[in-house]
Amino acid sequence: MKVLSEVAEVIRSKNAGPFVVTFDIFFKDRADFEAVQAAGLLTRQAVCERYNVGDNELLGFEYYPFANAVKFSIQRSVSAGGPRDADAYGAQQHAPLLDMPALR
Amino acid sequence: MIERKQDGEFVVISNGMLGYGFREQSLWDAVEAGIDLIAADAGSSDPGPYYLGSGMPFVSEAMTKRDLKLLVKAGYDAGVPLIVGSAGGAGGDAQVDGLLRILKDVMAELDITRKVAVVRTELDRAVVQDALANQRIQTFETNAPLSPDDIDSASHIVAQMGCEAYWPALREKPDIIIGGRAWDVANIAALPLLRGYDRGLTLHMGKIVECGSLASRPTAGGDLIIGRMRDDHFIVEPPNPDRFCTVQSVAAHTFYEKTDPLMLAGPGGTVDLRRTEFEQIDPRRVKVTGSAFHAAERYTVKLEGARLAGYRAITIGGARDPNFIAHIDQIQADLTAKIKETQKGIVDPNAYSITFHRYGIDGVMGKWEPVKTPAHEVGLLIDVIGETPEIAASVCGLARSSVLHVGFPGRVATAGNIAFPFSPAEISAGPVYEFNIYHLMEIDDPEHFGRLEWMQ
Repeated sequence: MKVLSEVAEVIRSKNAGPFVVTFDIFFKDRADFEAVQAAGLLTRQAVCERYNVGDNELLGFEYYPFANAVKFSIQRSVSAGGPRDADAYGAQQHAPLLDMPALR
Repeated sequence: MIERKQDGEFVVISNGMLGYGFREQSLWDAVEAGIDLIAADAGSSDPGPYYLGSGMPFVSEAMTKRDLKLLVKAGYDAGVPLIVGSAGGAGGDAQVDGLLRILKDVMAELDITRKVAVVRTELDRAVVQDALANQRIQTFETNAPLSPDDIDSASHIVAQMGCEAYWPALREKPDIIIGGRAWDVANIAALPLLRGYDRGLTLHMGKIVECGSLASRPTAGGDLIIGRMRDDHFIVEPPNPDRFCTVQSVAAHTFYEKTDPLMLAGPGGTVDLRRTEFEQIDPRRVKVTGSAFHAAERYTVKLEGARLAGYRAITIGGARDPNFIAHIDQIQADLTAKIKETQKGIVDPNAYSITFHRYGIDGVMGKWEPVKTPAHEVGLLIDVIGETPEIAASVCGLARSSVLHVGFPGRVATAGNIAFPFSPAEISAGPVYEFNIYHLMEIDDPEHFGRLEWMQ
């Protein structure tokens, strides 16, 4: 088995506006991208479980062949940089993806 | 080596963030090769609501001046306009005024005069109330409808202007435009659109080059990028010979800070990248074709508003005792109850909030954190927001003394629970703002949406 950080070239999170954090995973080539997609481990459901969020909080989980990338977003419970927020840029929310199973 | 500007193409050099610094030689090499426009984005909502709410700039005056002086000089040398959008970070009137003061200093130091247009986009609350009353406000990513109270409580409201709002100024052939809050694409795309270039391609090029060198490799920022707009395609090219663009670096850029990388919604419509093609034309440059534009039924601009949430006081300490760490949830609940009880009749519990950031447990991710095993030591940041600075300071002081001495099961270190690195342990951190408006507003006249002034 391989985890995502062993296969992907970029794994990142960032604000997409103050109310959404968006996540990008880029693979170095089409072969890696297709292998991960075919393995069926990196799925919308797996991400919801990993981040402890409901399906309704996860926005737009998609595989994008044109960029060899996977993208999804999560609605914030508090707005960026406001009271109770812990990550104004949303730039450190990617870490749980690193050791998610990606290839069997 | 930058390719010389060709007949029929429109060449823009773009700086991703005014005041973050950029490689100077990239600018002079681009001027030498030929350009039509210098564009600089000066803002973002990313640093948070404080800047919009307070009217303060988020980049230092010294660094803003450094970048602006180079760009103004380059515009003067090349004889082309400079457009700076989202002045001062949030693009409110106070931030525009601050940037204009810096610009005056810059022109004095360069000993040049320039024709400077100002396009303001801060909105009067009455304008937004009126739009709300006329059902012209659309709920956006907050998923919450706007209320009249949201509008009244916002200290500043700005709108991200589209390309058209720059046109009345551009028709007067200014040397420099200082824009209030602007869609970051508009700073780049307004002029080529006015000159008749294809809308889908021009907006897509704007989106790719608006962050400067981020669309090139290596990924580190701090450099400029060139966009070459032509009739049926555009080319992205880094001016720095040590950098290069790849199909991946250019295609991937529409993922950045966006939820949908194929359909980029903006003022007036959506850029559709579903039929876009990227081609590596040489080792450093990428050609883009096929991007389309679909006009929206109603032209909307994005509103941003921030309100004062209170005043902050914080205390920072570390816990090393495993029993303290094991019982931290219970300790927090007990502390909060004790603080409320102790201040009965003195401070209304609704006049403050206490947030515990627990570094080593879930301080970065909160409820999204999947790792449930705490670290051997935990950093505790207690964040108190009160209606007044005095309430925040007094509650924070009580929180500090209470957390030091609070009891918990298995407590053996009866002298104190927390290692405080500072004396005094509490820090007053000033006003706290929060975004409370992030909605779309329908407008009738995109060209005359901003308020155009000329700097005297």
